[in-house]
Amino acid sequence: MVKILPRREVVIVGFGWTGAILAEQLTAEGLDVVALERGVWRDTSTEYAVTNIQDEVRYRYRDELFEDLSRETLTFRNDISQTALPMRMLGSFLPGTNVGGAGVHWNGQTWRFLPSDFVAKSHNEERYGPLADGMTVQDWGITYDELEPHYTRFEDLCGISGKAGNINGQIQEGGNPFEGWRSKEYPNPPLEMVLAPKMFAKAATELGYKPFPGPAANMSQAYTNPLGVQMAPCTYCGFCEKYACGNYSKATPATTIIPALMQRENFELRTEAMVLRVIKSPDGKRAEGVEYITPEGEILHQPADIVILAAYITHNVHLMLTSGIGTPYDPRTGQGVVGKNYAYQCVSGVIVFFDEDTHINPYVGAGALGMVVDNFNGDNFDHTGLGFIGGGYIGQWQTNGRPMESHPVPEGTPKFGAGWKKAVRESYGHTVGIGTHGAVMSHRGNYLDLDPTYTDAYGRPLLRMTFDFTDNEFNMSNYLTDRAVEIAKAMGGREIREGRRKGHYSIVPYQSTHNTGGTIMGSNPRESVINKYQQSWDLENLFLTGAGAFPQNPGYNPTGTVAALAYHTADAIRNIYLKSPGPLVQA
Amino acid sequence: MIHPNFPKAAIVAALTALPILPAHAVAQDKNTYSTIERGLYLTRAGDCAACHTSDPEKPYAGNYPLATPFGTIHSSNLTPDDATGLGKWTADDFYKAMNEGKRPDGSGLYPAFPYTHFTLVTREDSEAIFAYLKTLEPVSQKVEKPGFPFPLNERVVMKGWNALNFDDRKFTPVDGKSAEWNRGYYLAEGLGHCAMCHSPKNMLGAEENGAAAYTGGMAEGWFAPPLKAHGNAPGLSDWSKKDVSDYLKYGRNEQTAAFGPMADVISKSTRYLSDPDLEALAAYLTDLPNTQEKDNTKTGSTQEAASSDTGKLVYDTQCAACHGAQGEGVKLQFAKLAGSNIVQSDNPTTLLRVILEGTKAVPTAKYPTPHAMPAFNWKLKNDEVVAVANYVRNAFGNSAPAVSSSDVEKLRQGS
Repeated sequence: MVKILPRREVVIVGFGWTGAILAEQLTAEGLDVVALERGVWRDTSTEYAVTNIQDEVRYRYRDELFEDLSRETLTFRNDISQTALPMRMLGSFLPGTNVGGAGVHWNGQTWRFLPSDFVAKSHNEERYGPLADGMTVQDWGITYDELEPHYTRFEDLCGISGKAGNINGQIQEGGNPFEGWRSKEYPNPPLEMVLAPKMFAKAATELGYKPFPGPAANMSQAYTNPLGVQMAPCTYCGFCEKYACGNYSKATPATTIIPALMQRENFELRTEAMVLRVIKSPDGKRAEGVEYITPEGEILHQPADIVILAAYITHNVHLMLTSGIGTPYDPRTGQGVVGKNYAYQCVSGVIVFFDEDTHINPYVGAGALGMVVDNFNGDNFDHTGLGFIGGGYIGQWQTNGRPMESHPVPEGTPKFGAGWKKAVRESYGHTVGIGTHGAVMSHRGNYLDLDPTYTDAYGRPLLRMTFDFTDNEFNMSNYLTDRAVEIAKAMGGREIREGRRKGHYSIVPYQSTHNTGGTIMGSNPRESVINKYQQSWDLENLFLTGAGAFPQNPGYNPTGTVAALAYHTADAIRNIYLKSPGPLVQA
Repeated sequence: MIHPNFPKAAIVAALTALPILPAHAVAQDKNTYSTIERGLYLTRAGDCAACHTSDPEKPYAGNYPLATPFGTIHSSNLTPDDATGLGKWTADDFYKAMNEGKRPDGSGLYPAFPYTHFTLVTREDSEAIFAYLKTLEPVSQKVEKPGFPFPLNERVVMKGWNALNFDDRKFTPVDGKSAEWNRGYYLAEGLGHCAMCHSPKNMLGAEENGAAAYTGGMAEGWFAPPLKAHGNAPGLSDWSKKDVSDYLKYGRNEQTAAFGPMADVISKSTRYLSDPDLEALAAYLTDLPNTQEKDNTKTGSTQEAASSDTGKLVYDTQCAACHGAQGEGVKLQFAKLAGSNIVQSDNPTTLLRVILEGTKAVPTAKYPTPHAMPAFNWKLKNDEVVAVANYVRNAFGNSAPAVSSSDVEKLRQGS
């Protein structure tokens, strides 16, 4: 027996970054908004405290902030010839749950994509000729210029610490000269640099590159954002990624939006509300609302005028597929769009070992404390003859020295025992890691669909992920790793250890929670699921937020763009859609 | 009639809050909207909801248990219910309760109801409050009888108590003080009843006045700190008027944030006060007479505690992340411990409770972030709590008598 609840103006599914942004924006417009979150209430004041947050067992190894795979998970395979198996442990990526979502446990590396990233297909084809066979890279249907004000808005909300490299076209000394224009300086100055990023920057400069401080959602000083919410200076405790911040120092939904939002009477948050499907109107042209289940097993139907899917990308895709919205993508024919162009991040690293006189103090860290070079990202360099498009940044982030997780040792060290212990002891305080953070271009065989065999706790088919790295990624990553090795050598350490990207993609070792695509945006319904306002081409009152919109994944961390797209969507709903509901882009 | 310093925009607010005007200046009809609005404002100024609401669904229906050293008493039902509330009361009855501490039948109210302060409230203000209370939804809520032992359970003993402790006063402006100061005096001493918590009480549970007034007192198991310099604690002597008015309006200022019972006072009462009234309270409270017999600041302290290795270690590892290496705090976010009134109070109860139990700032529209101090009772042993408490009481230029392990243990046991 399904209980039908009173109709609301807006229902938001998922209460992480984009759910909170949309809720804030639409309640500010005066709309009556209800958000449904599958997890429970968690915030700094009630749960995450300096007394308990630095707990590696509880948070990193017992997954306290991550989604519970015993309820729902996905199946995985590298290619369509294989039979996918369920992911029974978290590994490669760590989707969040509870209020704030994965926005609680990110590092805070807050980037803008390059202007050319948004026109990856046309730009690369114009410069280098046709794309490689099987590559399904697309233009986004939106430009950097359209998103610029929304990037700025998010950076102001978060109090991003950084140094601008291009203000209205004027290149700024000390910033990233390759970045797209920005309308103003970052709201806070960069974090205070420690020895390792300084050494990296010096070596990079000597090689002719342009290092700059990574843009950080970790506060370099106390900050009050435009909503009046306050953040405190970062203490460089080194517990950001995989952890909540106990000091109100990392921008998360709970430290930037939720305190102001919860005071608004036209907002309601329901936790432990697991949305099972979107309900379509009888004529199939609108979303009627959503159906969700409570922990007691009660099924509720929440009708709404506007439905916003703001869950993690795998869940947004899953909801679209299980609700029968849009045509599922078929890799054999290339037809269909839902689940198309799943992409990821392609990372590699180089470790530099110094002697005992060089004190790195790795326990002094912050999620986005580091120096970065962007010379080899996107199309910032000539790719002629290199065998790939796209790129990534090379950076030295001093994020942490967490003792259980972080103990790099030189090549050839035994994996356990006295030899390993000795190497850990000698290396812990004297090691610097350099990372490359590469793009993953979309490919015909990388996609998401429903698994034919396995179901979740609610009886729905699991999502099936089919993904592998392609030649483009290996060529790109090797090229970036070569550059990183050159910088590492110029830093003058005792020895280095390379961690190149090799072999098939594996969901076991942690890489990054930068899953993208599946509900991609574009300029027409044949190639994409949503238009540039993230409005469904199929149901005009359905909007989808998150990195599912990315037609391919550029060489930066996604959160900045995910949030900018959410603000762009909110703006379109407020200023266009409410005045004249209907498709915002004609198909 | 309006104080010349009041900004024009505040005149409307000021009009609703100027009971010291002659009676003909305010609306006479108790049922006018403006009277009822003024009654709501004054009811909030008196923080009536704090003690007269036990169930948020039934505002002002009373039966809220108040623990006193003599036993537990339950507050009355202020809704206009005939059988259990004020339904059959007249405005005269209400004024008599406010002014004399007497019920309609002439028997004495217990002074957990602050008639010792409300006696200052003018007839006009009393009537406005009564008019507002009459507009509430009547709620049938029986109030439990006071759990006092004999002879205190006999209301007749209040005659004796009143003879000793109650002075039926009228508000008379103090000559030589500004209108603003006098308004602050009226609010603080009358409806605001600040001294109920911030002054010590005698054996009979009555506030001590004179030199002892505002030197701090116990309230709901917390030590309400002195509002004037007392012992090593600076009181409000280093607070500006703006510090006081910001604190009452927003729950925080550049020195600290409100927590515990005071956070409740701010969220239910003072945040609703008009700016002129907040400024008036600030003018009065920052002008409390200094009655310190001698300047004994920086005496009787345990300066050696400031160099305690354990105390400094606990502070540096557990506290400094927010409160700063030098106790400087983060303005408007984490309390400054250097020079803090609560940290240096002779009575360490509040400091120790904050360390043990943690606490939370009250979110207000201007400062919505609910900053919290986490509990350390599970993490620090008694000797570590003692060491860090003595450290903060005597580091960063602070000075205060030592706390002991038994102080900590008593609070852990909840006594």
